[in-house]
Amino acid sequence: MSYVTGLILLLVASAIVNNVVLSQFLGLCPFLGVSKRVETAAGMGGAVIFVITISSFVTSLIYKFILKPTKFEYMQTIVFILVIAALVQFVEMFLKKSVPSLYKSLGVYLPLITTNCAVLGTAINNVTKEYDILESVINGFGVAVGFTIAIVIMAGIREKIEYNDFPQAFKGSAIVLVTAGLMAMAFMGFAGVI
Amino acid sequence: MNKNLERVFNGLWKENPTFVLMLGMCPTLAVTTSAINGIGMGLSTTVVLVLSNMLISALRNLIPDRVRMPAFIVVVASFVTIVQFLMEGFTPSLYESLGIYIPLIVVNCIILGRAESYASKNPVIPSMFDGIGMGLGFTVGLTLIGMVREILANGSIFGATIAPLNDYHITLFGLAPGAFFVLGCLVAIMNVIRRNMEAKGKPLPAVQGCLGGDCSGCTLSSACTGKTLANKANDNNTGKEEE
Repeated sequence: MSYVTGLILLLVASAIVNNVVLSQFLGLCPFLGVSKRVETAAGMGGAVIFVITISSFVTSLIYKFILKPTKFEYMQTIVFILVIAALVQFVEMFLKKSVPSLYKSLGVYLPLITTNCAVLGTAINNVTKEYDILESVINGFGVAVGFTIAIVIMAGIREKIEYNDFPQAFKGSAIVLVTAGLMAMAFMGFAGVI
Repeated sequence: MNKNLERVFNGLWKENPTFVLMLGMCPTLAVTTSAINGIGMGLSTTVVLVLSNMLISALRNLIPDRVRMPAFIVVVASFVTIVQFLMEGFTPSLYESLGIYIPLIVVNCIILGRAESYASKNPVIPSMFDGIGMGLGFTVGLTLIGMVREILANGSIFGATIAPLNDYHITLFGLAPGAFFVLGCLVAIMNVIRRNMEAKGKPLPAVQGCLGGDCSGCTLSSACTGKTLANKANDNNTGKEEE
């Protein structure tokens, strides 16, 4: 199998087959909290794609050229979380100054992403699965696209659920979790694809 | 009651992080495929929580207010790294089955939440007992959910098969969708209990995690700069109701 086919398969696998929310349970907070409206969900998804792709690139660079040569691999958790926190701040400032139109649509979501476990989880996964730098970026992008797919679908369903009649006890996040379970069942169907 | 014991009781029962406050839902869903995994995850979180609560409360007068979040994260991440090494050395099979969720203890909102709302304001000893109580409460929560899922999925409990259930297990509950279903039902049950307690005039403490549905209930909301988002989402909602 050539390298390029491998990359495409990796992208599909991380976006759909091993969906970050529905099969790895990472990034549940924004998935539950920001999925009330399709518009906001799409904004959140865009911000997550932006941040995870950049942070996958930066963390794998740091791992390869700083942590590995100096034999400080065990510091990865500390280094990664600090790098991600700093990176999010930096991206926010950069967008505000240079690309105000993008900042307008993604800006409010960026600070929420720092403690999102999907970002740190992807960085650590890239390292433990020994991806090279290009593979890490592709994997990060795929994970984030998977998150966006899941949260936008969920927001679409929630907008309809509002008008449905279901047991009072399930009002709020309970019905969202049950819906997420049904979505996870649907996504399990992709397991045989790769 | 003794103040320290009161903290432990508070974490185990009154403000149980899993059932009442509903914090730390990512690991709750991910590792509760069996009761043993639940205990392992709960106890390792407890160790990190107790140690980080103690250190943060000891340093509470030294850490400047503006950089407290990064400082807390460094403290928590250091202890997580230590715990990770210890587990790799002494409980390799548990280390394998918990996998990526061990380093992710860093971003567990129970730990940062307790650091922010309790340890940074109280002396070392009560903070330690607060960590013990919250950690054990989390462990009990994970173990109970793990037991339910293990019985439903494998017809076994702590790895021991229950003979009458041999032909009646639902593998789905051991997989991802089962985790969502079990948690969804748990939230629904807690909603009913919550309403009954309110009717009796003894309301439970509010949900603190993201299951509350917006940012206002989050323990970290005072440190989070993303509050505008919560407001924006709420504006959208009210706008819709008016239409």
